Amino acid sequence: MSKKQNGSHRHADVLVTDPNLPPVAVDPQRAEAEDRRWTPAKIALWVGIALLGGVSWTILAIVRGETVNAIWFVFAAVCTYLIAYRFYSKFIERNLLKPDDRRATPAEYKADGKDYAATDRRVLYGHHFAAIAGAGPLVGPVLAAQMGYLPGTLWIIIGVIFAGAVQDYLVMFFSMRRGGRSLGQMAREELGIIGGTAALIATLAIMIIIVAILALVVVNALGESPWGVFSVSMTIPIALFMGVYLRYLRPGKVTEVSVIGFVLLLLAIIGGGWISETAWGVELFTLDRITIAWGIIIYGFIAAVLPVWLLLAPRDYLSTFMKIGTIIMLAVAIVVTRPEISVPAVTEYASSGQGPVVAGTLFPFLFVTIACGALSGFHALIASGTTPKMIEKERQTRFIGYGGMLMESFVAIMALVAALSIDRGIYFAMNSSAAATGGTIEGAVAFVNGLGLTGVSLTPEALSTMASNVGEESIVSRTGGAPTLAVGIAQIMQGVFGGAGMMAFWYHFAIMFEALFILTAVDAGTRVARFMLQDSIGNFVPRFRDTSWRTGAWICTAIMVAGWGAILIMGVTDPLGGINTLFPLFGIANQLLAAIALAVCMAICAKRGYFKFLWIPALPLAFAAVVTITASFLKIFSPVPAIGYWAQHRAFRDALAAGEESFGAAQTVAAMEAVVRNTFIQGTLSIVFVVLAIIVITTSIIATIKAYRHGGGADAEDAPVASRVFAPAGLIATPAEKDLEAQWAALEPGKRPARTGH
Amino acid sequence: MTVPHSLTRVRDTARELAWLFKGIMGENAYQAYLDHHERTHAGGRPMTEREFWRDKTDRQDANPEGRCC
Repeated sequence: MSKKQNGSHRHADVLVTDPNLPPVAVDPQRAEAEDRRWTPAKIALWVGIALLGGVSWTILAIVRGETVNAIWFVFAAVCTYLIAYRFYSKFIERNLLKPDDRRATPAEYKADGKDYAATDRRVLYGHHFAAIAGAGPLVGPVLAAQMGYLPGTLWIIIGVIFAGAVQDYLVMFFSMRRGGRSLGQMAREELGIIGGTAALIATLAIMIIIVAILALVVVNALGESPWGVFSVSMTIPIALFMGVYLRYLRPGKVTEVSVIGFVLLLLAIIGGGWISETAWGVELFTLDRITIAWGIIIYGFIAAVLPVWLLLAPRDYLSTFMKIGTIIMLAVAIVVTRPEISVPAVTEYASSGQGPVVAGTLFPFLFVTIACGALSGFHALIASGTTPKMIEKERQTRFIGYGGMLMESFVAIMALVAALSIDRGIYFAMNSSAAATGGTIEGAVAFVNGLGLTGVSLTPEALSTMASNVGEESIVSRTGGAPTLAVGIAQIMQGVFGGAGMMAFWYHFAIMFEALFILTAVDAGTRVARFMLQDSIGNFVPRFRDTSWRTGAWICTAIMVAGWGAILIMGVTDPLGGINTLFPLFGIANQLLAAIALAVCMAICAKRGYFKFLWIPALPLAFAAVVTITASFLKIFSPVPAIGYWAQHRAFRDALAAGEESFGAAQTVAAMEAVVRNTFIQGTLSIVFVVLAIIVITTSIIATIKAYRHGGGADAEDAPVASRVFAPAGLIATPAEKDLEAQWAALEPGKRPARTGH
Repeated sequence: MTVPHSLTRVRDTARELAWLFKGIMGENAYQAYLDHHERTHAGGRPMTEREFWRDKTDRQDANPEGRCC
C-alpha cells in the first residue's frame, strides 16, 4: 500500500517546498491511511446513509401507493449525493485529476488582491453556487413533471453524479491549472483552430438563445399581471438606489445595502398587491406580452451599456441575497410541511410523446427539458474563469466544483417537488399553450378533462379560486414554468407562514425571485456576448478589440440584443405557444455546450496520458452527444409536425400554398405565415447547433486518438510553482489537516510567507 | 458554568455564520485586498475603501462575468 504513489504528478519531482515552513500539503500516506481506516462509527454512518437512501428510492421507484410524501425525494437526493461525493468524486480525484497541494494555485502565484485572491473554501463554495444557480434548475423540472415524478428525479440525481458535477469539477480543475483560462481559450489550445473556432461560435449562438428563452419565461410570467409587472419593474429603481448608495454614501457596505434592498423589495411586492386592487393600477400595469417583451429588450440594451456599478453590481448583490435566503427557506419549508404528491411515477406522456407541456418522448426530450440541475454546459463558462482564480488549494476543487453542482441539483429536486405538489389539473391548465386552452377557464377545463388522465377532473372553480388566491386575473396557460413553480412555492410556504391569506404574497415573491435571477442573467449574458463579439470582430477590425471604445461597444451590444430580442419576439408572438416549441432548443443548446466542455476535458485527459480513466469524461460526453444529436435530428428530420420544426414548416407552407386561411392552431393567414417563418428560424438554429457540436466533438476525438498514439500530448498547464500556504480541502478539516493548521497557527506572524504576486 | 459556556458557543457560531454570509456576498473583498497589500509590501499606499470599490466595478466593466441560467 505504501508503495502506491498517491497524489503524484509529472511535475512532482521538481517541486521543492520551503523547508523552513510547515508542510503545505497533508502527507499523502497519512491522508490515504485516514481515508482507508474504517472505524465502527464511520461504517455505521455510511451504512445508515446507504440504508436511508435505499429505503427512499424503494418508496419512490417501487412502492406504488396513492400518494408519495415529498420527504422521500429529499432523503433519496441527499443520501445519494453524499455517497457520490464521498466515493465517486474521490475516485475521480485519486485516479484522474490527481491534485497536488504542494503546487500553488493561480490565486497564490498570481495574487493581486483583486481578481486573483485566495478565498476561504466555504466562502468560495457560496460564491460559486450563487454564480451557477439561476432560473434554469427552477424551470426545467417543472416542465418535465408532465412525464411523472420518477423520470425527472432519476435524471436529476444520476445525471448530476455522472455528468453535471463531473463536468464542473473537471473544467474548474483544468482552468485552475491554466491560470484561470476560459473554456474558449482552452478549446483553442486543445482542439486547434477549427475546433476552437466552432466552440467559440457555438458558445456565442448558445448564449443568445439562452438569454432569449430566459427572457421569454419572464414575459410569460408577467403578461396580464399588473401585480407582477409593478413589483418586478420596481427592482430597477431599487437597484439604482443601491448602486448610488454603494458608490457615494457607504462604499463596501454590501450586506447592509442588500438588506435595505431586500426590505424595499418586500415593500414592492406588498405595494404591488395594493396597486393591483386599484382601477388606475390595473389600467397602468396590465401589459400584454408583446409590450413586456419590448420593455425587456430596451431594458437589456440600456442595462448592458450602463456602468456596472449603477445597475448590474447592485442587482447581483440583491439576487445573491435572495438566492441563498430563499433556497434555505424553501428547503426548510419542504421538510416542515412534507407535502403529499399524487402525480403518478411515470405517465403515458413519457412513451407517447404527446404531452401538452413539451412535445416528445422521454428519450431524448426528458434529458433536454431538464438541463440545468443535471448537466448544464453554461456552468463550464463560470467554472473556467472567475472561480479558479480564487481557489486557495488544488484539492479544494472537489468540494467547490463537484460539491457546488450537487447543491444546484438539490435546488432542481426542490423545484420538482414544488411543481409536483400542485393539483395535476391545475398543472396542465397552467402549462398547456393558449393554442390548446384558448386562454379561457372553460377552454382549459374542457382541454384538461379531455386529456383523459386518471384521477384528474378539473373544475372551473378550482382554477378561479387558485387565480384569486394568488392575486392573478387568470392562471390559464401561464406557460414557461415560473408561474407553476410560484404556485407550488406559494402552497408550500403558506403552510409554514401566513396561511392561505398569504398565498398571493408568496406567489409574487416567487415570481420576483425568478425574474430577478433572469434579468441579472439577461444583463450579464448580453455583456459577455458583446465582449465575445467585440473580440471576434477585432480579428478583422482591430479597433473593436478596444473595449473602452463606446461606439464599438454600443454597436456590438445592439447586435447581441437584436439577436436575442428577435427570438424573444418570435416566441411571444408564436401562434403555436412559444415556450412549448422553443424550450427544447434551450435544453439542446445548453447540453451541446456541455458536450463541448466535456470534449475539451476528454482531450486534456488524453494529453495527460490517463487513458485508463478516460471513461470518466467520455461517458457523460457520449451520453450528452447522443441525447442532443438525437434530439436535434428529431427537431430537424421528424415527420411529426409537433416535434419536427421542418415538418411543421412544410405543413403550414403547403396549407398556405393550397390557399387555406386557417390551419391547426393558426386562425389567420398572418398567423400561418408567422409559423412558417418561426419554424424556419428554429429549424435553422437546430442545424447550426448540431453541426457546430459535431465539429467540436470530432476534433476532440481526433485530439484524443492522436494523444493515444503518442502516449500523451503537449501540456498546456502553467509551470508549477511551490506553494507556501496551507488550507484544508473539504468542508470539515480532517485530523491530519487539523494538525497542519495548528502548526501553521503556531508560526510567528513575521515568519509567515508573503504571497508574492506580480 | 454551563449556561455562559453554551452562550459563548452560540455567539461564536452566529459570528461565524455572519462572517460566512458577508464573505459570500463579497463584502470582505477590501479587507482581502488590504491584507494582500500589507503582506506583499508592494510599494505605495493602498487604495482607500472608496477607490477600491470604484476600481472593482470598473474592472467588472472591462471584464464581464456571466451569470448562469
